[in-house]
Amino acid sequence: MSATAAEGWIRKNQEQNWLTRLLDWKPFLVVMCLLPAVALLMVFLTYPLGLGIWLAFTDTTIGRSGVWVGLENFEFMMEDPIFWNAVFYSVFYTAVATVGKFGLGLWLALLLNNHLPFKSFLRAIILLPWIVPTVLTAIAFWWIYNPQFSIISWVFIELGLRDSNIDFINTAWPARWSLIGANVWRGIPFVAISLLAGLQTISPSLYEAALLDGSTGWQRFRYITFPMLLPILAIVMTFSIIFTFTDFQLVYAITRGGPVNSTHLLATLAFQRGIAGGQLGEGAAIAVSMIPFLVFATLFSYFALARRKWQQGESND
Amino acid sequence: MSATAEAPPAPSSAAAPPETLSWDSRSRRMVTIWVPLACFLLILLFPFYWMSITAFKPNAELYDYNTHNPFWITSPTLDHIRLLLFGTSYPRWLLTTMTVAICSTVLSLIASTLAAYAIQRLRFKGSQYVGLAIYLAYLVPPSILFIPLATVVFQLGLFDSPIALILVYPTFLVPFCTWLLIGYFKSIPFELEECALIDGATRLQILRQITLPLAVPGLISAGIFSFTLSWNEFIYALAFIQSSERKTVPVAILTELVTGDVYQWGALMAGSLLGSLPVAIFYSFFVDYYVSSLTGAVKE
Repeated sequence: MSATAAEGWIRKNQEQNWLTRLLDWKPFLVVMCLLPAVALLMVFLTYPLGLGIWLAFTDTTIGRSGVWVGLENFEFMMEDPIFWNAVFYSVFYTAVATVGKFGLGLWLALLLNNHLPFKSFLRAIILLPWIVPTVLTAIAFWWIYNPQFSIISWVFIELGLRDSNIDFINTAWPARWSLIGANVWRGIPFVAISLLAGLQTISPSLYEAALLDGSTGWQRFRYITFPMLLPILAIVMTFSIIFTFTDFQLVYAITRGGPVNSTHLLATLAFQRGIAGGQLGEGAAIAVSMIPFLVFATLFSYFALARRKWQQGESND
Repeated sequence: MSATAEAPPAPSSAAAPPETLSWDSRSRRMVTIWVPLACFLLILLFPFYWMSITAFKPNAELYDYNTHNPFWITSPTLDHIRLLLFGTSYPRWLLTTMTVAICSTVLSLIASTLAAYAIQRLRFKGSQYVGLAIYLAYLVPPSILFIPLATVVFQLGLFDSPIALILVYPTFLVPFCTWLLIGYFKSIPFELEECALIDGATRLQILRQITLPLAVPGLISAGIFSFTLSWNEFIYALAFIQSSERKTVPVAILTELVTGDVYQWGALMAGSLLGSLPVAIFYSFFVDYYVSSLTGAVKE
């Protein structure tokens, strides 16, 4: 018995042929492991990013490869009031929606941080707006904002607060605010759940010490909760800013940039010019003009991370 | 006897001041916690309620708020859902979306597991820079990529094909999953792998038999996150798919059901509801993984 077992063991050991040895050779294994991810990202992310920047300097249209036209696309954009309106609304949309999302999200996170019954159930249903496809909830908002059959208008009229239907999306400024409202609605859960995770890492002993020192609720928030939450707040905010600034779905689904181009974000304008209008070069130029904003947001994230390491007493590497 | 008769009032009078105090704090708690929380829940969930109720309302009630209370249905109907399932290619769109979501999830899980293992466990020179590059890739939003990607997809001959979506979705799934799994692999003790190495296991055996089984919760989190993200994706599907029957659900509802001047609100809402259900059901099974992956990825 023991002899056959030993024989089997020896044979298994000899089985390591060149392929097994190659797969166990570390440099080869590293390359093999990284290859799928790196290849996918190179072909469908890095290359298109470079191609997009190149396209921005050409007059490519759908079905015709363009020639180098230098800064012509950008010069045209500089004189285009619709582009400047999109820049203005992108910045305005991002700023107002971020303030709204983080104000309300932080409040919701603080509420959820109390001892509540059904806590995990509450957390689960609060995340619902965030996991359901944006376009589908946008369609629900489109129906809620309907000029004739808006349920919000109906409630206000029934309560006697208004005489006529509220105009949500048929004129410029109400449409802008309505879109921001929908974006805030969708963003609150993500912010609240992320910040809740941050809140739960704060040690209760800090609050006890502050209570013994006779602090007020506001002081505890201002000098304990907020500074301890700052690192995670900075990261979540960077993500939120990047994805709000480049938002496409909500605007495309609810207003398609209308009325009269007043609610175009840079992404929807790029889509309208580049894909729907066929002017790939011009669309790419509009898309590329978002990059400076994104670089700014990323740097913000980087310095927030560095600050976090410094707070934890690690070296800055 | 008298002592026992006297006994009961004494504790109640003694307990009176704390009780009023506790009542006071309870009402205070009511105002500061429960009322705002209820408002949040009402606002966050109302669009779903409105979506569902519209999907089952007959048209007569849908456009007449004066004789019917809009918050309730008097005679629910399945007409909108029937129209959706039998009058349009909705089942086809669902199938396409499901296939694209599952394939791109599997593809990106394989790619990101290998990448995360290489970065976190094989520790080669410059592995931290590769990790940083993948993190940066997550910060590149689809909105600036879709125009050049459309030309790339066209050159590859994949325009108007769901395969294009399966190949393109990993661009935002792989960075996220890799990032999540790096954090997960970090939590698995290195000693386990060292033991296996001493016992003569090859690197691939270690990955397959030790690291992966321990990382199953992380893989589930990454998987469900990828599935929901690819189910929800919109801009690539809108830009790369032209023919009606190959569209994904979010795109198809918006472009195929909204035709002409008269919107079929009942069918639109039924489509949104049915399109949200798979993700919502999927989510409800794995909600804990979902929350932990969301918060884990933020904390990492």
